[in-house]
Amino acid sequence: MQDSYVTADGRTIGATVMEMKNITLRFGGVTAIKDISFDIREGEVRAIIGPNGAGKSSMLNVINGFYHPQEGEVWFHGKRRHAMKPHQIAKQGIARTFQNIALFKGMSTLDNIMTGRLTHMKSGLFSQTMWWGGAQAEEVANREIVEKVIHFLEIQAIRKTPVGRLPYGFQKRVELGRALAAEPKLLLLDEPMAGMNVEEKEDMSRFILDVNDEFGTTIVLIEHDMGVVMDIADRVVVMDYGKKIGDGTPDEVRNNQDVIDAYLGVAHD
Amino acid sequence: MSANFYYGIEVFLNGMMAGVLYSLVALGFVLIFKASGIFNYAQGVMALFAALTLVGFQNGQIPFSHLINAVFGTNIHHFGWHMPAILAIIFTLMVMILFAYLVEKYVLKHLVNQEPIILFMATIGLAYFMEGFGDLMWGADIKKLDVGIPQGGNVWLEENTAFLGGPDFYGFYLDNLDMWATVCAGLLVVSLVLFSQYTKTGRALRAVADDHQAALSVGISLRAIWVIVWSIAGFVALVAGIMWGSKSGVQFSLSLIELKALPVLMLGGFTSIPGAIVGGLIIGVGEKMFEFLIGVPFLGGATENWFAYMLALLFLVFRPQGLFGEKIIERV
Repeated sequence: MQDSYVTADGRTIGATVMEMKNITLRFGGVTAIKDISFDIREGEVRAIIGPNGAGKSSMLNVINGFYHPQEGEVWFHGKRRHAMKPHQIAKQGIARTFQNIALFKGMSTLDNIMTGRLTHMKSGLFSQTMWWGGAQAEEVANREIVEKVIHFLEIQAIRKTPVGRLPYGFQKRVELGRALAAEPKLLLLDEPMAGMNVEEKEDMSRFILDVNDEFGTTIVLIEHDMGVVMDIADRVVVMDYGKKIGDGTPDEVRNNQDVIDAYLGVAHD
Repeated sequence: MSANFYYGIEVFLNGMMAGVLYSLVALGFVLIFKASGIFNYAQGVMALFAALTLVGFQNGQIPFSHLINAVFGTNIHHFGWHMPAILAIIFTLMVMILFAYLVEKYVLKHLVNQEPIILFMATIGLAYFMEGFGDLMWGADIKKLDVGIPQGGNVWLEENTAFLGGPDFYGFYLDNLDMWATVCAGLLVVSLVLFSQYTKTGRALRAVADDHQAALSVGISLRAIWVIVWSIAGFVALVAGIMWGSKSGVQFSLSLIELKALPVLMLGGFTSIPGAIVGGLIIGVGEKMFEFLIGVPFLGGATENWFAYMLALLFLVFRPQGLFGEKIIERV
């Protein structure tokens, strides 16, 4: 356990929330992740960067339970996590977004974000069917939280629009909203700024920082844009060909020779 | 107005009610197709099985009695009691929920992430299994189903509308059972739509229909949802089984009503609940009116057998996604 500290911009970084210990993930003969360990501390923005095919998304999928590593352990809140289904992991307070947006395209923005509240809603099937007792009150209470998320992300105008019709930038935002609505302890963002223009990237960076700042949500973020990562991340893991080649603050990573080689290429002679 | 005009209206009304019965079957298909992308070939057999089970419970039949008698040389048939209809319906519903659970546990669970065609094949297998299992459990003889829904023509309506069309017109002849079926189907559809729009489970159902991965990531258990969907489809099959079974007896041909549901699905779209209803109405009214206006006077009748399929074929050519189906627009 490390001591907590306060960052330059006044956020408190707490103890370790999640620890990945010697994770190895294989698909048949291909090793996507090779013996990687790192930790995630409470309240920090932890970035995972690396060239295409480095295994970043696979790592996120391990955290969220889509993939089960052949070797290694995942520790969450000081306990070893056993192999679980993704929906069980979601109930533990881990929410995520996807690299290629995975929204419920036929449903409205509002309904999409409401699905983020499912883990918090407890009313039984019978009560829902009859619209009796807890079901209605629960629906109203959760709707209020969703409205706050909509307000926070500034998407009031599109709340009734089926998300399949929204432009890309808005879809990314709705997906973030769905993850936020779950009030996660750990938020996983898989390339939240991929394919965005400068302005949209700035908006998204601001939302991510605000989420981290206002709600103290721990964020794990995969990103290609080095500039963005260096601006918003507290610590960075660098991966290349499934291996970890660097880990530390943006400044440390930037000056790491292995990282420079991986990104700029190295002369083979 | 001539009597023929009013007979036309009568045909129209009868067509609508027949259409509602088609819709009931189509609805079961749509529910499962939306939530799991499976075209459930066994939907018709599920209706037959539900009706068989219902009659069995009502008459106090001993399940598998033929099998038991054959193996042990006993001679048992009935428990000797007669169950009230409402109780029998509740028990049958419980059997259908158990069935949904078993299908998920022993079939669907093992076929996750398979191609739709594989799942379709699995439901064909399921259909044949259930057909045989139903026979084995309750016997293959034709049974009479009576849950207390009034049957036969509605005399009141007939007498009170006779004045409309002059001396040649004897009033509208509408079957009580058909009218009840229409009311039931209407209630069923309204409640299903409300359920899927305004409850958290309904939202989860729609979410699963849209994207499995995303659904998992927000904490929805696919397996729980599949059990719920198949239970609802089982319930719809039960309602369809009751209506069709009361109308024409519980027998093997009951499972063939699904063939009538196919054109309904092509018209309404495989993914739309209102589509199943409107599609059913168009097919029902269309085939009756076509028979009345063109079939009998010009073609020698019996057009009802093929009209629905012709209409479906036309739709496939001009609007393949159906009236209400989702049009797939691929973004490039």
